[in-house]
Amino acid sequence: MSEQKNLPVPDPGLEEHEHRYTDVNEAAADRAYKQIVGMLAAVPVLVLAFLFVYFGVPKDAELVLFGANLQMQTTLLGLTGGLATLMIGVAAIAWARSLMSDEEIVGERHGAASPPEARERVLADLETGIEASGIRRRKLLGTGMAGALGLIAVPALVSLADLGPWPTPALRAETIERTIWAEGVRLVNDVSYLPLKASDLEVGQLVNAVPETLEKIEDGPAFQEAKAKAAIIVVRMDPNSIKIPDSRKDWQINGILSYSKICTHVGCPISLWEQLTHHLLCPCHQSTFDLANSGVVVFGPAARSLPQLPITTDSEGYLVARSDFTVPVGPSYFERDSSKDFKEGDR
Amino acid sequence: MAKPAELSPVSPAMEVRTPPKDQEPDKLAGPATWVDDRIGLAKLMGNIRKVFPDHWSFLLGEIALYSFVILLLTGVFLTIWFKPSMAEVDYAGSYELLRNVRMSEAFSSTLSISFDIRGGLLVRQIHHWSAMLFVAAMTVHMLRVFFTGAFRKPRELNWLIGVGLLSIGLVEGFAGYSLPDDLLSGTGLRFVDGLIRSIPLIGTWAEFFVFAGEFPGTLIVPRLYMVHILLVPGLLLGLISAHMALLVYHKHTHWPAPGRTNHNIQGYPFFPIYVAKAGGFFFIVFGITILMGALMQINPVWLFGPYNPSQVTAGSQPDWYMGFVEGATRIIPNWEWHVLGTTWSWNIFLPGVGLMGLLFTALAVYPFIEAWITGDKSEHHLLDRPRNAPNRTAFGVAGMAAYGMFWLAGGNDIIATQFHVSLNNVTYFMRGAVFVVPVVAFIVTKRICLSLQRADRDRVLHGSETNVIVRSPDGGYSEAHAPISQGEAYSLTRHPQLDALAPSGEKLGRTRQRLSRWYADGQVPTPTAEEIEAAAHHSDAPALEASETADSGVSH
Repeated sequence: MSEQKNLPVPDPGLEEHEHRYTDVNEAAADRAYKQIVGMLAAVPVLVLAFLFVYFGVPKDAELVLFGANLQMQTTLLGLTGGLATLMIGVAAIAWARSLMSDEEIVGERHGAASPPEARERVLADLETGIEASGIRRRKLLGTGMAGALGLIAVPALVSLADLGPWPTPALRAETIERTIWAEGVRLVNDVSYLPLKASDLEVGQLVNAVPETLEKIEDGPAFQEAKAKAAIIVVRMDPNSIKIPDSRKDWQINGILSYSKICTHVGCPISLWEQLTHHLLCPCHQSTFDLANSGVVVFGPAARSLPQLPITTDSEGYLVARSDFTVPVGPSYFERDSSKDFKEGDR
Repeated sequence: MAKPAELSPVSPAMEVRTPPKDQEPDKLAGPATWVDDRIGLAKLMGNIRKVFPDHWSFLLGEIALYSFVILLLTGVFLTIWFKPSMAEVDYAGSYELLRNVRMSEAFSSTLSISFDIRGGLLVRQIHHWSAMLFVAAMTVHMLRVFFTGAFRKPRELNWLIGVGLLSIGLVEGFAGYSLPDDLLSGTGLRFVDGLIRSIPLIGTWAEFFVFAGEFPGTLIVPRLYMVHILLVPGLLLGLISAHMALLVYHKHTHWPAPGRTNHNIQGYPFFPIYVAKAGGFFFIVFGITILMGALMQINPVWLFGPYNPSQVTAGSQPDWYMGFVEGATRIIPNWEWHVLGTTWSWNIFLPGVGLMGLLFTALAVYPFIEAWITGDKSEHHLLDRPRNAPNRTAFGVAGMAAYGMFWLAGGNDIIATQFHVSLNNVTYFMRGAVFVVPVVAFIVTKRICLSLQRADRDRVLHGSETNVIVRSPDGGYSEAHAPISQGEAYSLTRHPQLDALAPSGEKLGRTRQRLSRWYADGQVPTPTAEEIEAAAHHSDAPALEASETADSGVSH
């Protein structure tokens, strides 16, 4: 598709330059001039106003604008600073458009490629250089240098091996495969840390809970890591309206069941509870789990059932865990086959 | 051995010289000469009267560039106070509602920027708005380049640099909004934790390496901080410099018009016109972003509270540019493979890593695929009108439609609650829409392009409508047409016709032959000189016959 020679309509060439109003009318040009200078003159005024706001308006003053509560200082600093900046821009463009010469000019283009002589010269120079380096006669120099340069990347890469601990089977068993739940650990409210009594839960009620041992973790990051896996929901349903498989008969008490709160899709805390359908919906990607059926997936991108925490009551009637989760909580990972996890139809 | 230099009795440097008095010294000449003597300033400055063509669509890339500069400026201000630390503190700043709440230093320092540093909230909001604008402007700029064919030879490498800029721009944005360690950003990080974990074979290892152990750990915020303020900005800066250097070397493309050819460039000189226009435009973009920061609240982290791994806000969504990944993650069926004791989480990997990889790979290879199909090896400096490349335009719109559908799916819960429809049905619908809507968009766009080609042809042959209805002696009504200018007729007919590759001596694969034929097929031929001549004579006849000549000119 090179430049066509036989165009149906010949190129009439560049259009004639039309003069602007400000070119032919001195008064209009003067007006434009005054406007531009006026805009530039507004800048010092706005800058002064900015300084006044910065030093004079208290930080906690509020401003109601179009029904919205705004921080007065933030808004006024932005209005003065923003308008001052805008004025500079508008003035510069107005200057270019109405007062600077608007004669278009034409430049020539040249192909992107270097001229052939330049290519030949570079090739010849390269040839001279390669010859001068002696690499042709002593071939091992080239191979050796290339190999050495390649290998020097190895120490650089290896020194990144400590970016994080290696998730060996032993470390996985200590981290992503376990939580701080254990036999006899009480289920406590996630805000008040008060233990949950089985008799206090109504049918249809859902409570966010954590292990009582969580409160004792002083170290902030360790606390977050533990909470990120141990968060659960406790729900009471009518035992006659739900399916409890034989293998999980003693994981619940009078229709009180407990599930991991961490979505098996990408790990969001699941929290939207549909009381009548017994469904629990993840607000992040809408995976939906049936709590009345061992937490199987009924909708959405999650592939695995919500892990269920086996619970019972202690002598005082408080809910306690019977053990840790029987499968890891949160998203699946490569090293573990999750196909053995609970599915619809399992006994 | 060097010979001793001959010493002249009077060194020229010692001679006392008096400057000529009659000449008025130029005020700038002194410093300019001083610099030029040392670094060859005049040579460095090159041609400051370099020509740049004028068109509004050439401003889009400028917006991206200026947003980046604004991000650097505001970013420096924010680093003065932000503490990239996940160590826990009890908040003691001036925001009453979170007083004494435990939170990370990152979140606490974000609050202090928002409430205790004068202008801090303003700068935070400018920074966030310009980040949104940066990615948006890059995207729209890329669409402009795509639809006008500006990516063609010799600009393919600059297109690739652009694709690189867009992709790491997304990483930069994500790293940035993950820093405050509020509930929303923590939720986003947890999503990324799951996303990394889903990578086949190395997922768990990558997760432990990125987070230095389990989620959330203590290092992800400092690491993202390094990525956000050093690594990626450095890459962006380097790539932007290369992008600009190539722009200057290739010279800007221009729109076809009379007198504009592949061998010239028409426009205004860089100095003073573009210094004023482009420089002024920087201040306009900056000014508007400041006003947005002043008047439009963005990311009010104090309302979300500190990150708590057992909580999430309903309607959690990422910034707009990650919306397509979010949408794909929401609508994908729950596919998981189990092979030899391992788990392959396609339900996370495909919509996340897979979709981003697909988008950027498709963008990167498109110029080469198109050149392969058309066999076009020539340089292009004149832009295509999108209608004259119907398949490219249709393909681009189909891509936009697919992106749009994925993006829309990222708000399936919002759609369901706002329009009172079933969330499940919205999800099922979007699963189909991401495949069907692009196909429909392709067909419709291609038809529109061809119709526009036909309209161009009609306009050349029959002129423009005059709005004058003429009644002929025998009672017929018709609209009189006025001839168009030669310049316009030239602009409407100068574009080259697409030709299918001929199966000449070169061996062409069957696929390539077919693709090439399909690519060129269906276009409306531009009228020939003879046809234009004939039509011109025809319209000299009484105007009533004008309507009968409204032959569409389709030849296929």
